[in-house]
Amino acid sequence: MISTLSSVLLSTVLAVEIPYWGQTSFRVLGGLVAILLPAGGLVYVYLFKMMSFMQSRLGPMEAGPYGSMQLLAEVGKFLQKEDIVPAKADRVVFLGAPFIVLLSTFLLLLVVPFGPDAWFVDLDTGVYFAMAVSSVSVIGILMAGWGSSSKYSLLGGIRAAGQLVAYELPMILAVVGVVIQAGTLNMNEIVFAQANGEIFGIGVIGNPYILTQFVGFAVFLIAIQAELTQPPFDMPVAESELVAGYMTEYSGLRFLLFFIGEFATAGVFSAIAAVLFLGGWYVPFLAPEHNLYNVLGPLVLMAKIFGVAGLIFWFRFTYPRFREDQLQRLAWKFLIPIALVNIVITGVLKVVF
Amino acid sequence: MTATAGASEREQLAYIAAKAADSRVNVELETEGMTLNIGPQHPATHGTLRIIAKLDGEQVISADPVMGYMHRGYEKLTEVRTYPQVTTLINRIDWLGSFANEVPFILAAEKLMEVEAPPRAVWIRTILFEMSRIANNLLGLGDMAAQLGAVTPVFYAFRDREYVLNQVEAVTGGRFHPNFDRIGGLKDDIPAGWIASTKDSMVKMRAAADELETLVFGNEIFTTRTRGIGIIPADIALEYGMSGSNLRGSGVDWDLRRDSPSGLAYDQADWKVWTHPDGDSYARAWVRLQEMREGTYIVDQLLDSLPSGPVMAKVPRIIKVPEGEAWVETENPLGAMGYYIVSKGDLVPFRVKIRSASFNNIAIVPWVLKGVYVPDIISILASLYFILGDIDR
Amino acid sequence: MADTDTAEEAPATDSVPKDTAREELLGELQERLGDAIIASHIKPADELWVRVTTEGWAEIAHVLRHAMNFKYFDFVSAIDWMPSPFGREMDSEVDLAVAAAAGETETKEPEPMVQGYTGGDTRFQVFSRVLDVENLRGLIIKADVPESLEVPTWITSYPGAVWHEREVHEMYGISFAGNPDMRNLYLPGDFEGYPMRKDFPLLARRVKPWPGIVDVEGMPGSDDEPDESTSDGEAAE
Repeated sequence: MISTLSSVLLSTVLAVEIPYWGQTSFRVLGGLVAILLPAGGLVYVYLFKMMSFMQSRLGPMEAGPYGSMQLLAEVGKFLQKEDIVPAKADRVVFLGAPFIVLLSTFLLLLVVPFGPDAWFVDLDTGVYFAMAVSSVSVIGILMAGWGSSSKYSLLGGIRAAGQLVAYELPMILAVVGVVIQAGTLNMNEIVFAQANGEIFGIGVIGNPYILTQFVGFAVFLIAIQAELTQPPFDMPVAESELVAGYMTEYSGLRFLLFFIGEFATAGVFSAIAAVLFLGGWYVPFLAPEHNLYNVLGPLVLMAKIFGVAGLIFWFRFTYPRFREDQLQRLAWKFLIPIALVNIVITGVLKVVF
Repeated sequence: MTATAGASEREQLAYIAAKAADSRVNVELETEGMTLNIGPQHPATHGTLRIIAKLDGEQVISADPVMGYMHRGYEKLTEVRTYPQVTTLINRIDWLGSFANEVPFILAAEKLMEVEAPPRAVWIRTILFEMSRIANNLLGLGDMAAQLGAVTPVFYAFRDREYVLNQVEAVTGGRFHPNFDRIGGLKDDIPAGWIASTKDSMVKMRAAADELETLVFGNEIFTTRTRGIGIIPADIALEYGMSGSNLRGSGVDWDLRRDSPSGLAYDQADWKVWTHPDGDSYARAWVRLQEMREGTYIVDQLLDSLPSGPVMAKVPRIIKVPEGEAWVETENPLGAMGYYIVSKGDLVPFRVKIRSASFNNIAIVPWVLKGVYVPDIISILASLYFILGDIDR
Repeated sequence: MADTDTAEEAPATDSVPKDTAREELLGELQERLGDAIIASHIKPADELWVRVTTEGWAEIAHVLRHAMNFKYFDFVSAIDWMPSPFGREMDSEVDLAVAAAAGETETKEPEPMVQGYTGGDTRFQVFSRVLDVENLRGLIIKADVPESLEVPTWITSYPGAVWHEREVHEMYGISFAGNPDMRNLYLPGDFEGYPMRKDFPLLARRVKPWPGIVDVEGMPGSDDEPDESTSDGEAAE
């Protein structure tokens, strides 16, 4: 059952048997590509260009055609910078924090299916796993906030912890509706369920759950916005209050890791949203069992990632930020009740139909 | 002489108000406090204001602003500059509304010299004065949105402000520091075609005001972040000498443009003084927006009624101001700005007291920040809208 | 109290129109404060100056704030009436005070100290302005500062005065009895001297003479011949 996109291609198309270490290498390579490609794309398309156009400016124009190489230039800049550790910082905690945050992103990616046979791990508890490992980043952020031994970092870290824990709940509850409707926790089977589903007996475009679970989708989107600590929920890094929150003391490579991690996580969360609500790698009018999906699927998913991320970044560039208590109020008094009601209605309808 | 009975009642009220401010800090858990140093280098303090905030969790127990990082000693420097040279200095006090800084000083000097600027100069002064208000308030609102986390409106503010600055530059040659006002009038007349292009830019400024109103004030998060936050009652605002939009945001109907239009042509236009009864951050920003829009109407009307004639009265080549004392206060973009000039009949003033608006506006910070949360420090400061040069002078 | 209203430099009152509103205000103040008001000066349709005794300095604030509806606090500041020992433009090449003490230059008779409107007896005066924003009245209040350089504070009547008094304290060395917060506002904590005093040298001027003092720009519409002005004398040659 274990195969990846690359190994599938090699073993089926080229009919070559690949040893275990080879498969692992391919998987690591595939993981890096699957993380960095959307992350870089999101940075360029949304952060550099869409935001600039919204703000009536051009954005980067000099590095490469239309500034498309700007991110590489930025990476080069950050790599050259000195990696400063504050004198009173808790050294191990401080240095390790960005990697923990990035680890959470990579773990999340494991269960995302890119095609009927193209995935890293096909876990039967895929959704459960994804929701669980998404909390790992909290540890990294708390480590960064505490280890920096800076008051801004500490406040940012504590804010982030409170916020991330609060928004885990609506996120999980929003997904429960999808799980009830699909009848499985396996991410790939959720895609199949959407592809083979019907709405009121019409199954031409399958049943992308955004149609039946729109409330869940909205709650999920708001929750991942908060998980990503992006405006209007960016209090942990609120630059006008806390300078850069838990990232204040970081420089050079480690800051770059946080920065890339933020956009990579945005990409992965968009991917999960696309899988759960938009039909994942499936496109209508092409049977989900078709082998072409192993090549087409990643591209389709990429397009859907950019669609969802477009919404996320649109909010990010438009809204001012909440205050900490207002954010908690939104989560506990508004999102969670709505998600619960959604679960009840979904359950009732599931039994009725 | 001792206090009268009415006075003691008032004192009691002040005491109750102070206690109410204290009781907003309600300490439930015994926790260790933390001192947070906001500034002098901090993204939120445009300039170098430093606020030492003692926190209990995220709640502010006491906030103590520390200034002086930008103190340039203008009051001392004016004592060694001739009167025409002083405008160069005072341009830099509120650097976003520079022309407005020059006007009260020149008016005070004119008062001492008993010179009157010709009507055309008065009109153009008023127009430029109002344009600096428009530019200043627009940027202030964009900046407030940025402080609250919205990244986009500030770019619109910078973009639209340029329409006004272009017009100012067309007349004075300087975008930021016009140095254009002279004792007895203005340095030059307006260039040809300026009236039409200014009217065009005023139309654009009204569009910008509408855009800000929908984009910022129509935003629910902006409303929840500013409504009911940083409430300053009218009595407190008066005692601390707050002025400008901040005072009118507390419901005090007092505007020097209407109430003492000395030397400026505000009584020649039909306009309205905006107030807001709430006294919170939202009210201050809202009044600022309305004043910006009202300013465009004032400019339009004054452009229509611009008299002809010279822009310079007859003044001596070497300006020696006769002995005496004069005080002139005008309604600048940030609030009331006044100059108290003591002259000994020399080339230079003997003493110039600069009463700047932001100094008084920020003096209320220790009072108003008591008991608020850290994010509200930023939103309240942004709504008070200060310029560091206007505090430190 | 017949001669309380000295009004030393008041213009000839017969020829100037009376300013009834300000005279009424002055009358009311005299009624309430009595001897505390030493002198006053009215510029019709412009401003009212009132000088009070040092002891009356806090009292007048209290009366104005609580009994007379002057709620708006504008500013508190001080003034040093001593003529600058560095010449009128602070521009002398040598430090006249130091040089005279050392006997290098002949001791120049110091210029007389003239305390401006409403007069005064001391070198320092504090002055302030408060307003009644409802009836649009305002006045400037002055008070002499005694040798002890201490005057009563205003913060009990106007809390906003605290920063103004701190500024006056660091710039002139005048302290305000009753104001608990007399730290430096602008200057560093260990700054020595009081910069706004006239005998505090402006060091930039000592180091480098100011070239701008003779460079007075010609005004548009000015009919003065350039020869008449001292400023263009050098430039013309």
